[in-house]
Amino acid sequence: MNSVGNIGRALPRAGRALPWALVTPALGWTLLFFVLPFTAMGLSSLTAHDGGGFTASNYSEFFTNPSYWQAMVNSLEVTAIVTVVSVLLAYPFAWILAEQVPERWQRLALMLAVLPFWTSYVVRSYSWLLVLAQNGVINRALTGIGVVAEPLQLANTRFATVTGFVHFFVMLLTLTIFANLKQLSPSYRKAAADLGAGPVRTFLHVVLPLTLPGIMVGAFLTFVLCIGDYITPQILGGNNELLMPQLVMMQIGRRGDFPLASALSIILMAVVTIAYLACARWLKIERA
Amino acid sequence: MRRIVRIASWLYALAVYGFIFLPVVVLVLFSLQATSFPIPPFTGPSLRWYDAVLSDTRLTSALLNSLLVASISSLAAVALGFLSAWGFARFVLPGSGLLRGLITLPLTVSYLIIGMGLLVLFNWAGVPKSLLAAGIGHVVINLPLCFAIIYSQMGDHQINIERAARDLGAPEWKVLLLITVPVMAPAIFAGFFLSMTFSWDEFVISFLLTRFDTTLPVEIWNLLRSGLNPKTNAVGSLVFAVSIVLVVLFELTLLRRRKA
Repeated sequence: MNSVGNIGRALPRAGRALPWALVTPALGWTLLFFVLPFTAMGLSSLTAHDGGGFTASNYSEFFTNPSYWQAMVNSLEVTAIVTVVSVLLAYPFAWILAEQVPERWQRLALMLAVLPFWTSYVVRSYSWLLVLAQNGVINRALTGIGVVAEPLQLANTRFATVTGFVHFFVMLLTLTIFANLKQLSPSYRKAAADLGAGPVRTFLHVVLPLTLPGIMVGAFLTFVLCIGDYITPQILGGNNELLMPQLVMMQIGRRGDFPLASALSIILMAVVTIAYLACARWLKIERA
Repeated sequence: MRRIVRIASWLYALAVYGFIFLPVVVLVLFSLQATSFPIPPFTGPSLRWYDAVLSDTRLTSALLNSLLVASISSLAAVALGFLSAWGFARFVLPGSGLLRGLITLPLTVSYLIIGMGLLVLFNWAGVPKSLLAAGIGHVVINLPLCFAIIYSQMGDHQINIERAARDLGAPEWKVLLLITVPVMAPAIFAGFFLSMTFSWDEFVISFLLTRFDTTLPVEIWNLLRSGLNPKTNAVGSLVFAVSIVLVVLFELTLLRRRKA
C-alpha cells in the first residue's frame, strides 16, 4: 500500500475534487440503500405493529414466546449439523482432488465438482425434492431392491433440509479447502518426511494444522450463509419445524408485521455477529 | 497400503461426485419426461415440457425481466465498483480504510436482511414494489463484489502505465478511458459476469421487492405451489444452462487474464 500512497502524493494535478467524485457514487449508494435501510429496520423493530410510540415489545416477544425461541434453537442445531457434516465430507474430497488427481486434470475435476453450485437456490432445492419425494428416485430404488417395504418419509423433514444444505456447502468448502491445500508448500511435507514422519503423522501434525485456518474460514462462511437462508428449509423442510428465516418471512407474508420481522432479523444478525466475534481470532480473512 | 489409499480415494471421490450430481441429473432427466409426473419410471424423451415453458408467457416474461434486471444492475454495480476502486487505489483519501470497509460491508450481511431493510425503507418512503426496487437491491449485493475484485487487481505496473500517460500530457478522463479501462478489462468483465450470475439466481430480494412483474426465480417459486411438475424441471434446466454459460464465460476471462 505504501507505493500507492507515494504515487497518490506525486499527483498534485489531480486536486481534491476528482478522487471524491470517483468514490462518492459508490459510497452514496451504500449509505442510501444499505445503511439507511438498516437504520430504518432498526427503528421499525422498536415500534409496535398497531402503531404507537417506541417499545421493546418485539424483542421481549422473542424472548418470551417459546415457539420463537424454538425457531432459533432449530436454526442453530441445523446450522451446526450442516457445518460439521459438510466439513467432514468436503475435506477428504478436496484432499483427493489436490493430492491424488493428476495435476493436469485437477482444474477440470474441480470445475466439475462445483458445477451444480451455480444453479439457483430454488432450482437446487426443488431438485432435491424430486430425489427425496415419496415416490421419488431414492424411495423407488430402496423399495425396488427390497431394503424397505414402504417408502420412507424423506421430504418435508429436517433430514431433507440438511441434505439440501450439505449438498451446497460441500461444493463451497471443497473450493476453499482445495485452495488451501494447494497453497501449502511441498517443503513442509518433505521436512516432515526427512524427520522420519510417515504419511499419517505428516498429515495429522503438519498438513491438518496448517489448513485449519482455511477450514475455519470456510466453516464460518457456511454458518453465515446457512443460518440466513430461507429457501432450502422452506422447500425441503416444509412447515413441520420452522427455522429463523422462515419465521421472519412468515411475519411479512401472513401478517404484514414489519416491526416484528425487523426485530427477528436483527436478532438473527446479532447471533451471526456473536459467532463472528467468538471465532474472530481464527478468521484472518486477508484483505487486498 | 498406497494402493488401498488409491482405491479408497477413487471410491470416495466417485461417491461425492454422485451426491453432487444426483439432483442435477434427476432434474434434467425428468425434464424430458413424456408423462405428467417427474418421478420414475422415465417415459421420455420428450420436449413437450420445454414447449410448455416457452409458450407460457408468465415464464418467458419473467425470463426477460431477469435478464433485464441482471444486466442493468450488473452494469451499475460494475461502474460504481470500478470508479470507486480506481479512486481508492490511485489517490490518498482521508479515512480510506474505513470507507473501503463501508463499501464491502454488505458482503457480510445475508440477502434476507438486505431485502428486509429495503422493504421497510421503501414501505415507509412509499416506493412501490417493482423490478426497479429489486434491481436496486441487486446493486447493493454486487457492488461490494465488483469493488473487491477490481480493487484487488489494481497493481503497481498499471499505475506506471497511467503515470506515463499523464507525463505525456493526457488529461484524467483520457487516462481513464484509454489506459485504465482497457488494462483492467479482465477484472471488469469478471466482476460483471459474477454479478450477472448472482443477480440471475437471486431469489429472496426479488421475492420481497417485486409484485406482479417479477424475476424468473420468483416465478419458479410460484410454480412450486403446484407440486412436482416436469414443467418446473424444464424451466429449472434452462436456468441451469444459462448459469453454466455465464460461469464458462467467467472462467474464460479469468484464463485469458492468467495467460496475459
